[in-house]
Amino acid sequence: MAGGKLDYRALGVKVGLEIHQQLDTRHKLFCECPAELTDDEGDVFLRRLRPTRSELGDVDPAALFEWRRGRVYRYHAPPGHSCLVEADEEPPHPINREALAIALAVAMALGSTIVDEVHVMRKTVIDGSNTSGFQRTAIVALGGSIEVDGKRIPIETIVVEEDAARKLGEEGRVVDYKLDRLGIPLIEIATAPVIETPEEAKNVALAIGRLLRLTGKVKRGIGTIRQDLNVSIRGGAKTEIKGVQKLELIPKVVENEVLRQVRLLEIRDEMRRRGVTQELLDSLKPVDLTSLLSGSKSRVIRRVVKAGGKVLGVKLPLMKGLLGREVMPGRRFGGELADYARFWAGVEGIIHSDELPGYGITREDMERIAEALGASLERDAFVIVASDEERARRALEVVIWRLKLALEGVPEETRAALEDGTTRYMRPRPGSARMYPETDIPPEPVTEDLLEEAKRYVPEPPSKVVEGLVSRYGLSRDLAEAVVDDERYKLIVDLIEKYRGRLEPSYVAGFFVVTLRGLRGEGVDPDAIPDDKLAEILDLVARGDVAREAAGEIALYIARNPGASVREAVEKLGLKKLGREEVEKVLDEIVRELRDEIVKRGERAMGLVMGRAMAKLRGRADGRLVAEIARRKIREVLAGSAQ
Amino acid sequence: MQAEYHGYTGLVASLLRKAGVKPGDVIVVRRGDGSEFRGVLMPRYSLSPGPFIVLKLPNGYNIGVRVDESTVIEKVGSVERGKPGEPMPLVEGPLKPPRERVMIVGAGGTVASRIDYETGAVKPYLSVDELSLSVPELWRYADIDAVQVFQVLSEDMKPSMWARLVDEVAKAIERGYDGVVVTHGTDTMAFTASALAFAFHRGLPVPIALTGAQRSSDRPSSDAAFNLTAAVLVASRAPFAEVTVVMHGETGDTYALAHRGVRVKKMHSSRRDAFQSINSPPLAKVWPYDARIEIIDKRFRGRGKEDLVVENGFHERVALIKHFPGDIASVIDALVDKGFKGIVIEGTGFGHVSNDAIKSLERAREEGVAVAIVTQTIFGRVNLNVYSTGRRMLAAGVIPLEDMTAEAAYAKLSWVLARAEDLDEVRRLMLTNLAGEISGRHPLRLYRHATGV
Ligand SMILES: [Zn+2]
Repeated sequence: MAGGKLDYRALGVKVGLEIHQQLDTRHKLFCECPAELTDDEGDVFLRRLRPTRSELGDVDPAALFEWRRGRVYRYHAPPGHSCLVEADEEPPHPINREALAIALAVAMALGSTIVDEVHVMRKTVIDGSNTSGFQRTAIVALGGSIEVDGKRIPIETIVVEEDAARKLGEEGRVVDYKLDRLGIPLIEIATAPVIETPEEAKNVALAIGRLLRLTGKVKRGIGTIRQDLNVSIRGGAKTEIKGVQKLELIPKVVENEVLRQVRLLEIRDEMRRRGVTQELLDSLKPVDLTSLLSGSKSRVIRRVVKAGGKVLGVKLPLMKGLLGREVMPGRRFGGELADYARFWAGVEGIIHSDELPGYGITREDMERIAEALGASLERDAFVIVASDEERARRALEVVIWRLKLALEGVPEETRAALEDGTTRYMRPRPGSARMYPETDIPPEPVTEDLLEEAKRYVPEPPSKVVEGLVSRYGLSRDLAEAVVDDERYKLIVDLIEKYRGRLEPSYVAGFFVVTLRGLRGEGVDPDAIPDDKLAEILDLVARGDVAREAAGEIALYIARNPGASVREAVEKLGLKKLGREEVEKVLDEIVRELRDEIVKRGERAMGLVMGRAMAKLRGRADGRLVAEIARRKIREVLAGSAQ
Repeated sequence: MQAEYHGYTGLVASLLRKAGVKPGDVIVVRRGDGSEFRGVLMPRYSLSPGPFIVLKLPNGYNIGVRVDESTVIEKVGSVERGKPGEPMPLVEGPLKPPRERVMIVGAGGTVASRIDYETGAVKPYLSVDELSLSVPELWRYADIDAVQVFQVLSEDMKPSMWARLVDEVAKAIERGYDGVVVTHGTDTMAFTASALAFAFHRGLPVPIALTGAQRSSDRPSSDAAFNLTAAVLVASRAPFAEVTVVMHGETGDTYALAHRGVRVKKMHSSRRDAFQSINSPPLAKVWPYDARIEIIDKRFRGRGKEDLVVENGFHERVALIKHFPGDIASVIDALVDKGFKGIVIEGTGFGHVSNDAIKSLERAREEGVAVAIVTQTIFGRVNLNVYSTGRRMLAAGVIPLEDMTAEAAYAKLSWVLARAEDLDEVRRLMLTNLAGEISGRHPLRLYRHATGV
């Protein structure tokens, strides 16, 4: 990445966000099951999904492909968290009004236009994540906006929809899904594509997340909020990126996608410059290299040939070096071709000449391949595929098809976000034909009653909430802002309220937004500590059983030992708070040792005594108590010596 | 009030008419409050009248927009509807069926249907061309022909339609098909299966398999193709020549069960595996993906052992009622007054009706009305000898139908009354096991208590 940062505004970057957030409702969107995950196992059943054909006769190609591959979905149905509705054995019940009210509240806060009648739609999804083969989804409001750093970001739609089943894994043709998550209500907020930089994308996501949290009716924790991004640059194409789970990753994902589109346009220009044309690509023919490579050292090739498969290759004229070009960190253009081949032809992968010699293919092999394909190693590239003949042939057709798209620029795609901020090809972008009415659910009028209910959840503007925390609890502005931005906002406020008069609000707030966040420096994830354990720690502090200073240490222990209880942590760490008597004893000893110094320095010896005392007692005694006793002891010594 | 307009009524209908717009038009709805909505006008399907216009937005979603007198509607364009082009086949290349030939006779249900993505309406659609594109797996087991006899909702099925269906099935068998599949709505499938079983009980050379769908075929998760494939497998290859219902055997897509038509009952309102054999084991387990049929009940009537004999015709004036704690006597009286010639009563437990209805039963006999008894417990056998009420009922001339299902009893009484008037002859036929509808012994394992654990 020579030259570092790209100039996003000059590139005409346009980003739109789709925020999906799980709602904290009493039950799921279309049935009475609890809206939460479980570790319980359950009944297991196998299903297949068929591509359905529309009136116009078309079939979703991705769906068709999955079906031809003979995909089987194995569903795990925990009985306490799924019923016949999730199993697709009973029609959905009427839409959950609580979920609807929360979404309407968000719409009110964003100044959106609420629809008068909510129509549930079916959106075809055939990867097995929905037992029905579609996701149920409904628009509740249109328009509105949110202001972020002085810029008005228009909102396009506010949608309520059901979450998908949880993917557990994959085993050959069988994909495992768990039904606890299926049907949990989600709100989806889509912004207009007006965001111009990676950083701005993150800030908008942050602002929307904050607003949702302030309803007090959303779930939190990993997996409860997911961001989809659509990214384009001038001359590029709209790419939909699915499933960014961490907010911090958003800028990186945008940067990488912008870079990818820039690189793809460069590759397009280079292909054109070298004289590659659609006609030239159309003329390419796969060649059977099986016998030529049967003696190869490549394990993949030997395995496929032994199983009766074929090795096919195709020359890519004038393309030397282009497949090896990096399109995003750790990802070459050849990798993009391979993703298409995997998806559309079901092969394990492809091998291209820019990554050779390698994979057991020697320089001599390359020369023989080039000769057989009529290619020049100085000027041309080639791709080979080892698989059964039909799939190998199809894979090469797909590679050529992808190169033809490359000659036009950036193809419209849906891509999946990976943990490292890069993305990978998922499927082509779907059209709107994938949506049709859910005839099992009657349209739901938005009544006055429902709007009244929604008003209860309307979040206050964040600035107002900060004001409130400052004036009501005496928090500093910084601390109050940190509380509002914290995922545990609601818990913090609840605990401040609960311990009022026993713990200062700033102590409680500081425990969450300073002490806990500080644990990241120790290499642990404070978000993973369950709320009830954090509340228990504060409870021990409030009751005077452990020292205020010990709270962080206990949290650290629990983060490192997730199975441990708070009691265990206190015992293991020896943090059980000492009583007044024990503190007196420790101070008696210190004062005896320092007697001469105390006499010499008088009351100024306090610092020295406290230093010694806290070194011995930190975490086990309340600092204020230690100071009180120390001051008294010093006075006693001074009084004694004066006589 | 003006008439309905594409599902809209009242004010909305008149606004739409005035604006001269119809479904498929792109319209702008401007309301008195200044708000504005743009989208494609959709027809209204819900029966709730409300002052709402349904619009499809460019992103594919539908919304309902409230209108009033101040609303202005304007047409700004219309969607280009694509022509129903060449549908895309699910498998590539030509179908290479085996020699067996199976006729699929359509009699309702949503086994084969198309969805209109614009409106969400599901239209049944059964033809060989359609099937070859949407369920090409069928050709793995047979060369398929298809004919639609009628298309009715399950609940609108009548005994006169059974007769038309019998004719159509008989025609296919005469033409030499190796088996017949009947597609049917699931709610009354057990009645129709029983009716066919009695019409063909004297001579049936090939299997007849009824099948349907609990999830309509417009959904990716539909059970239609699975059930249809299993039914074609039974029709083309099963060693038995009986009338069966072939439907999911469990909630998953693994195996189907072939139930004897006279023994089957729909036992759940929505599950795929709703169908169960009552007081009898299923005939066979059928694995549609593996081309495998596993016989469970070995006492079947074999394929190719009999020549075709058809005894068609059903009596329309037969009723099926259920005992209840109130005034059952008046219901029986009313049926007799209305000219019904046969009444099947689902009695309590062993088959009882209340003692105050005995007089009504006696009157029915005097008027020449046949009264037959099954049990509302579904499982188990009728026995009118144990208690005095039962003995009084017997004295009043009722026919205790042993372990027959209500569906089989109804279809059988309808079939019997079409060929016998004399009550003694009716009784004799009703108590003769014609198609496996009665059996003398129930092993313990036939009934399993569903505890949910
Ligand atoms: Zn449920």
